This record gives sequence, structure tokens and C-alpha cells, in this order.
Amino acid sequence: MGDITKQPGRLRPAPENFLSEDQVQAVAAGRRDFLRKSFLAASAAMAAPLAARASEGDPNILNLPSWSTSLGQPVATNPYGMPSKFESQLVRRESPGLARVGGASVSFAPLQGLFGIITPSGLHFERHHQGWQDVDPTKHRLMINGSDDSLLKKPKVYTMDELMRLPSVSRIHFIECGANTGLEWGNVAVPTVQYTHGMLSCSEFTGVPLKTLLEDCGVDYKKARYVLAEGADGSSMTRTIPMEMVESGEVFVAYGQNGEMLRPENGYPLRLVVPGVQGVSWVKWLRRIEVGDMPYATKDEAVHYIDLLPNGLHRQYSSIQECKSVITTPSGGQTLVEKGFFNVSGVAWSGRGRIKQVDVSFDGGINWQTARLEGPVQNKALTRFNINWVWDGKPAILQSRAMDETGYVQPTYGQLRKVRGTKSIYHNNAIQSWKVVESGEVTNVQVL
Amino acid sequence: MSRFSKSILALALVGASTVGFAFENFKGVGRQATPAEVKAWDIDVRPDFKGLPKGKGNVERGNELFEEKCASCHGSFGESNEVFTPLAGGTTKDDIKTGRVKGLSSGELPQRTTFTKVATISTVFDYIQRAMPWTAPKSLKPDDVYAILAYLLNLQEIVPADFELSDKNIADVQKLLPNRNGMTTDHGMWPGASAKKGGIGNGGIPDVKNIACMKNCKPEVQIGSTLPDYARTAHGELADQNRNFGPIRGTRTLGPEAAKKAADAGTLELATKSGCMACHGVKNKIVGPGYNEVVARYQGQPDAESRLIAKVKAGGQGVWGSIPMPPNAHLKDDDLKTLVQWILAGSK
Repeated sequence: MGDITKQPGRLRPAPENFLSEDQVQAVAAGRRDFLRKSFLAASAAMAAPLAARASEGDPNILNLPSWSTSLGQPVATNPYGMPSKFESQLVRRESPGLARVGGASVSFAPLQGLFGIITPSGLHFERHHQGWQDVDPTKHRLMINGSDDSLLKKPKVYTMDELMRLPSVSRIHFIECGANTGLEWGNVAVPTVQYTHGMLSCSEFTGVPLKTLLEDCGVDYKKARYVLAEGADGSSMTRTIPMEMVESGEVFVAYGQNGEMLRPENGYPLRLVVPGVQGVSWVKWLRRIEVGDMPYATKDEAVHYIDLLPNGLHRQYSSIQECKSVITTPSGGQTLVEKGFFNVSGVAWSGRGRIKQVDVSFDGGINWQTARLEGPVQNKALTRFNINWVWDGKPAILQSRAMDETGYVQPTYGQLRKVRGTKSIYHNNAIQSWKVVESGEVTNVQVL
Repeated sequence: MSRFSKSILALALVGASTVGFAFENFKGVGRQATPAEVKAWDIDVRPDFKGLPKGKGNVERGNELFEEKCASCHGSFGESNEVFTPLAGGTTKDDIKTGRVKGLSSGELPQRTTFTKVATISTVFDYIQRAMPWTAPKSLKPDDVYAILAYLLNLQEIVPADFELSDKNIADVQKLLPNRNGMTTDHGMWPGASAKKGGIGNGGIPDVKNIACMKNCKPEVQIGSTLPDYARTAHGELADQNRNFGPIRGTRTLGPEAAKKAADAGTLELATKSGCMACHGVKNKIVGPGYNEVVARYQGQPDAESRLIAKVKAGGQGVWGSIPMPPNAHLKDDDLKTLVQWILAGSK
């Protein structure tokens, strides 16, 4: 048994939570001898008649559990499957005090517990401007028109039936709110990666390139250089999108998400996908596309989602999410309960293309090592990175630094603030630092 | 095949795939929109005022409408910070002259209001028309929108108290907006063409430059900020926001007393998520009564809980005035019970 606890990075055997906080400290301090004692005590308490056998090994092995000795549930007990009851901790959460009305708020994805690059649809972050709606797909329409007749030959209306008959594409892309990490522009404000970076998700979306539809309507690309996208919800959210992105074929109207229809919170039955661009432009419950010859200065590009600079000017129509990364395991609000081996893991992404390289530092950015990228590395999608680490129980500061295919390297807080100050709110892509102390507790710090 | 003919073939293929998307090929898909349909949905108003409906409204009428439809969230003078960030305030007569809000660069501004930021009056018209009031978007007639906007402009001291705003003079008001010269598109985050090529950005050139240094990159680590104690505990029990197995554990941040507080906060979150807090305050009336008033009315009544559960579920009108409470059939029974018990126990 002692061998199990000596394997680096392995956790102690269950029963769950049988270590007190003092004992966790003791483990961290390297006093492992008591583990055997408390393990024996716990085993004895649980299965007194078998106490003698407990010394022979793990009672979870020696005493067969109920799931090995009983009949399980039949098929279709849950016609729409749900996560295990043991997974209830990892849910979307709001940040207290961020917004005062749930209809104009944010819920953050629990990045601290997610794997790979796909965000489960039920954990996809939410940002609504006037509440979410469950739109009847048989009554939903997409209208395409021009700001005047010379820009588009034939304004058209499409039903969902019709849109779903057209040639489709399925692509994996990240979506990040422009305000992600916005709480941290001035100083550390929130404890965990869910709240620092959780306005980030990544899904496979399925739909029809907007280019296909605009050409179906006879768009005049020479005159129509801007696109207005509009939602069908109460807020009827609008944003301006450059025609160059539409012409490239990247922008599409999506109905599918991770193999099923979009979730209502994510725009069911139709949303715009604008790869690499901040989430607010991915208009949900999409009801109308207008082509025009000038930007529209809508509320969410003239009052909000504008970046305040130190000279008092606001950057307007800032849209691209620049190259960024964050370590998710371990991250703020977590505790390493033992010294030894860890697979340090995180995600990287860039609104300008593919991730080329991610480097990780364990000493606050003095020295760096290149992490493994889990393929395939895709255009404007999350990329998972991993790196080996043996924690020696001493303080450390973990950072990740991503580089994209354009050669752009994720900046430090110092570099970012020098140009943009601390009041921008939007587009904070600074290197994130997690400090580890002797007790194993990981906290959010900012390294300049 | 020569290299030359290969590239011809490649071109032809590109051509063919483009032709493949030409509209005559999608037979039976989509139909022409009727003029009435386009009119019903094409409500956007651009900075050059294309799309602006004809109409007019004065400050006085705007004041009445604002009090009736807007003040419950925004305060009578657009000053409230209770529900949304303030609409009005923060600009000076000088700003109206220069078109740049000085407080934005001097740091004297405690909070940015709508009028300290907005550079285009069309934006405000468009937004009020499409999305306001909060619970009844698109219910305002064009004349109502003109009147409300006139009232807001007067609050901001941009127009006098006897002003009437209309489609005829809105372009003149644009010239008085305090932050009309406050925007720049000279940045690399616009994904379209640069200003040089007829677009609006700088063509995607980033404003910061880091290098991928690998060894001895700096002499020391300079910590700029650490997590404040209040922020460590403000997001509830972090131990419960991670799995209880796997490579790490969530840090235990709260004791039992704090856990009770967190439970209250959880219910407040539930109330917020369920839409209750848009109309009720814990200690104040918003559209509906404050929860403190509800407690006062129902205190000591043995059937208070079951009566309130029924009321919340079905909605009602008349007990607290003429504004109806909508039915809340979407609430789960368990959640409904939690909410009502929390309200009656003196919500926090």
C-alpha cells in the first residue's frame, strides 16, 4: 500500500475527503507516515468485520462495490443523457456583482475541469443582452436585404427547412467574449480560471456559408462592403461585420452545434459564426442580414465593446480576438494535495489563425519550455497543450505564452498596459500567472 | 500536361466552384421578401440616418414617457446605477464644444455613462427603438423614441428644455454630441480592409509585440497584483467548483458560517437567474414590491408559503398595484419553494 502513495503525482486512495486540511498540509510537508495510519482507521470504520483484510489492501478493491454486485439501469432511462451525479460541481456560474440583471449578464464555462478542445454544449458560456428565448424553428425566418436596392438584386426570406437543404459545412471554432478577462485589466479581481477566462468555448458548428446566401440574393460585392447581422430576440442585437470575412467563406449561419441543434442559450435555431471575432458578433437567433456601404455604429459597437485608451479615445469596431492562452490545470482556486508528477494542461487560441507554439514557465517568466500541442491544430479553434512537471513542493509561478501562425506572441501585462492602459475592459489577452505556494494552494497573481 | 495548362485547369476549377454557388442553382430554396416584410424588420438606423423614421417629440413629453417606462430601471434622471450603468451625466459644456469628453482621459470620471461614450446619435435612437423598454421591446412609436431621446439630450444639457427633436433636426444635434470625436478605428482588431484600402482599420497590425524568449528572459519576477482576500471568498466555496477526484482539489475557501452566506447568495443567484430580481429588490420596490414588503404583508400567516408559491406560479395583479406579475410556469417546483422560503426568511 505504501507504494501507491509513493508513486509521484498519484492521489491517495479513497474514501473521499478522508484527509483533514491539517493532514493535507502534512502530506505537502512530506510526512507521509500518517497516511497509512489514517487509511487503516478509515477502513476499519467503514468495514469493521473486514478490518483484518484491510491491511491486505484497498477496501475498494477487496470489498466489491454495489455497482459490481447488482443490476444496472436499462437503456433509455434518460432519453437525453445527463452527466454523472458526481459531476455536479462543474457547471456554468455567474460572477457575483458583475451584472445586476440575469437577462443582461454572463455565465462562465468551468474551464478548470474541461478536457480537450470541445466545450460540452450544456457548459457553453452564456452572454445575453435581453434574456434568452426558445425560438420556434418552424416560425423562424432569415431575411436578407440591402440598405438600398443597388447593393442586392433580390431581398429574400429563408425558412429553416430551406436553409437546412443547402450545402453545409461543419467547422470547429472557438468563441470568446470581447470582455473575457476584462475584470482583470487593472488588477487581480477573481479567483479561478472559470471567472478569469470562462467567457470562452469551442464547438463544432454546422451551417451554410453566408457567402452562399448573399450570392443567392445577387449581392454586389463592389458596393456592399459591410454586413449587419440582427437577432430575433427582444434586444435584436446588431453588429457590423466586414464583407472581406464573408467573401473568404469563413462566416456562416449555423444551426448545428456539436452534432445536435444549437442550444436555446446559444441562439437556437440559427446563429452567425464569425471565426476569430469576439462573441458579440456571432449574433444569436439570427433573423436578418443587411448588406450596406458603411459600418452601422450599433449600440454594441458604439456604447459597449469599445476599448478605452489612456488618451481618452475609444477604439471602435475592435473585433479580432488576438492570440491568447491559459493554463487550466492547475489553476486559481485549486490545491495540489501532493508533490510529484503533474500533467500541466491548458488551451491556446488565436483569432488570426492556427496556434504555432505554446511555451510554459514555472518561474514567473524567467525561463520557458515548449509544451506539447494536442492535434489536430485547427484554424481559429482552441488548441490543447500539455507539459510535464514535477512539483518539488516549493513556490512556483506557472504561465503559458502562445504564438500563432502570424508570429504574434501573447503579451505580458506590462506590455499590454503600456499601450492600452488599464481601463480598456475589452480584449485583455495578457499572459496569465498562477502562483503555487508550499501548501499547494494555487492563486491568481499578475506578473508584469 | 504543361505547367501552363495545369494552372488554367486550376483556374477553371476555382471558377466552377464559384459558379456552383450562383443563385439559379438553388432551385426552390428561399423566396423574394415582400416590401411589407422588409419594412417590418428593417428597423436599423445608420450614422448617416438612413432608416430613420419620420417623427418628432419634445422634452416635456419625453419626461412623461421616461418616468412611465424607463425610470424604474434608469432612475428619473437617467442617473441610476442600480440596475444598469447610468445613461446621463459626466460631460461638460466644454466637451460639447470640442466633441471630446475630457473626463475620459483625465481620470476624473467616476463612471462612464452612455453620453460620455457615444459618438453617434443614431446609435441611441436605433437602440431605444429596437430594444426598449426592457420588458416590452419594440413597443415604442417613432414619436415616443424622439421624445425620450429629446429628454435624455436635455438631461445632458445638449438641448434646452423647450426642445423638440425630429427627423429634420437630428443631424444638427449630432454636431453637439459631447464625445462625437472620441472614436478611433486606427487599430489592428478590425478584420476587414484597412483605411488605406477603403476599409476602416489599420489592416490587422498588432499594437503590442512580445518575443518568444526561452532562457534568462528577465532578472526578476515583478508581481503587479495578487488576489485580495475578499475576492478569494466572494465566489462561494471553491472546493465545490472542482471535482473531488483527479489531479487537484478545489481550495476550501469558506467555513460553515460563510457557507450559510453562500447559500443565501446561491438563492439570490437563483432569484436573479429566474428573472425575479428584474422587478423586485431585496429591500426595495422596483416594478413589483421589495421582498421586505412581502415579508411584512405575509408575516405570521400560516399558509403564507403555499399562497406565495401559487401566486408566483400563476402571476397576478392588484395586490400591489396595477402592474401585473407575469406567470412563472417555467420555474421548477423545488426552485420555487427554495425562493419563497428564502423570501419569507428575510432574503439577503
